[in-house]
Amino acid sequence: MTSNTVLRWGLYGILFLFAAFYLMPLFVMLTTSLKSLEEIRTGSLLALPREITFAPWAEAWSTACAGTQCEGLRPFFWNSVLMAVPAVAISTVVGALNGYVFAQWRFRGANLFFAAILFGCFIPFQVVLLPMAQMLGLMGIAGTIPGLIFVHVIYGIGFTTLFFRNYYVTIPQELVRAAKVDGAGFFRIFWSIFLPISLPIITVSVIWQFTQIWNDFLFGVSFSGPGSQPVTVALNNIVNSTTGVKAYNVDMAAAIIAALPTLLVYVVAGKYFIRGLTAGSVKG
Amino acid sequence: MEWLERNVPKLVLAPSFVAILVFVYGFIAWTAWISFTRSRLMPRYELDGFIQYERLFAAPRWDVAMNNLFIFGGLFIVISMVIGLALAIFLDQKIRAEGVLRTIYLYPMALSLIVTGTAWKWILNPGLGVQEMVRGWGFENFAFDWLIRPDMAIYTIVLAAVWQASGFVMALFLAGLRSVDTEIIRAAQVDGIPTHRIYSAIIIPTMAPIFLSAFIVLAHLAIKAFDLVIALTGGGPGYATDLPATYMYAMAFSRGDLGQAASSAMIMMMVIFAIVVPYLYSELRPRRDQ
Repeated sequence: MTSNTVLRWGLYGILFLFAAFYLMPLFVMLTTSLKSLEEIRTGSLLALPREITFAPWAEAWSTACAGTQCEGLRPFFWNSVLMAVPAVAISTVVGALNGYVFAQWRFRGANLFFAAILFGCFIPFQVVLLPMAQMLGLMGIAGTIPGLIFVHVIYGIGFTTLFFRNYYVTIPQELVRAAKVDGAGFFRIFWSIFLPISLPIITVSVIWQFTQIWNDFLFGVSFSGPGSQPVTVALNNIVNSTTGVKAYNVDMAAAIIAALPTLLVYVVAGKYFIRGLTAGSVKG
Repeated sequence: MEWLERNVPKLVLAPSFVAILVFVYGFIAWTAWISFTRSRLMPRYELDGFIQYERLFAAPRWDVAMNNLFIFGGLFIVISMVIGLALAIFLDQKIRAEGVLRTIYLYPMALSLIVTGTAWKWILNPGLGVQEMVRGWGFENFAFDWLIRPDMAIYTIVLAAVWQASGFVMALFLAGLRSVDTEIIRAAQVDGIPTHRIYSAIIIPTMAPIFLSAFIVLAHLAIKAFDLVIALTGGGPGYATDLPATYMYAMAFSRGDLGQAASSAMIMMMVIFAIVVPYLYSELRPRRDQ
């Protein structure tokens, strides 16, 4: 009995130790962002702030310099919002319709096409970076937010299609057949049978796409112009900006601001976040 | 009209079909083509054999990048799997605070790698970070300056990447543990088989597909690793922490060497496909045993 209790305590000890490991960077970011630079220089990394100041947050939001532009993260934060919202919406709608076709309206060649889409989910984006830069130029949307939306939609529909296809494939085909006999068409069946049961998978798709797009850096840094940089690119510029004194507290406040939307989504809808993560990797 | 009715599903898929065809497969073909030319700042289309690949394999910087990929990828995958599996097994012991702990373990996965890199860059900076803190505790000679040491900096990237992804592996394994048939486990317990044997002989072998999934996802993350390096080390000191992805980016956007960018991207794709294609093939093959 006693050895069992000891084992149990050890188990909890290890689990809490790991919890501390995962929480530590967030804790350090938060406390650093609330300290003055003076206190950062004289104090210790893990120490709580002696005097809480919100000045670094204000600076990170509205005056910190990203490159030559000193307007803080704010304009870039809104760039990310303007980019993510339409891109998430469009890729989810397209994915839902695609998934509906693949799951319920099979035709010759559909499997091959589905495999081709799935395959596309796995490519390293480096392999499309150069031609996409050319293409965006040709289309006249290089360095703009619509350009970024376009890119995120194109490379997002693979995953959204996969989500919806795997969800709709569990619905018996007899249902569609019966509805067809009753004279319902393609969109009618989608609208009145499939859409009403789709809330969970829409949530998964929206959360997955939002997290991907908000956190993206590669497309952002490759395809944005000075006025259209997303928040991740601006954060990196603020942190690596070489002018003036290194303001660690502002860097940390900026990092938290950039992370807040996806963290919030995770806290509110963690279950769906995990489902999205695992849907791509574990079949069925 | 009837034709339209019959072909609605195909018409719905058509835009995606064209998009995938052009923007995935067409673009891959374009990059492949460019990788066989002498393109520098601007794309040129006259084929010129394997010149870019020869240059690539002769470049010391690419050598460093590939070496780093193996060090980083290998350690990242192994450590994440070990931690993920251990945490999953520990959490599976009817732990009281399981929900909270799970949430804590997994939240880093919701963060941008730029945020992760920024945080760890601050924690690991020798001047004011962990090193200085431990010295402040009285260990004057304590050294933890991996971030600025060319031979050690790559391990800081491993550390930050494991921090970010190991909770996700835990979630995968925990789901796997929970899906094992409880009847078998109970039968084994009745037979008096010790817990560690139940795990090693019964439960873990049934999770082989999950090991494979975790491996694929982690390998994929490792090969694509770009943001984290940029934010944490910027590829430095020098180019000590370059990975193929940062090499490709440097060639494409700061060196103006499209040929090198294209050929390095093609190698990246081949590495990924060497891992993913057998997996996708086995996943997509119709299962006869069911």
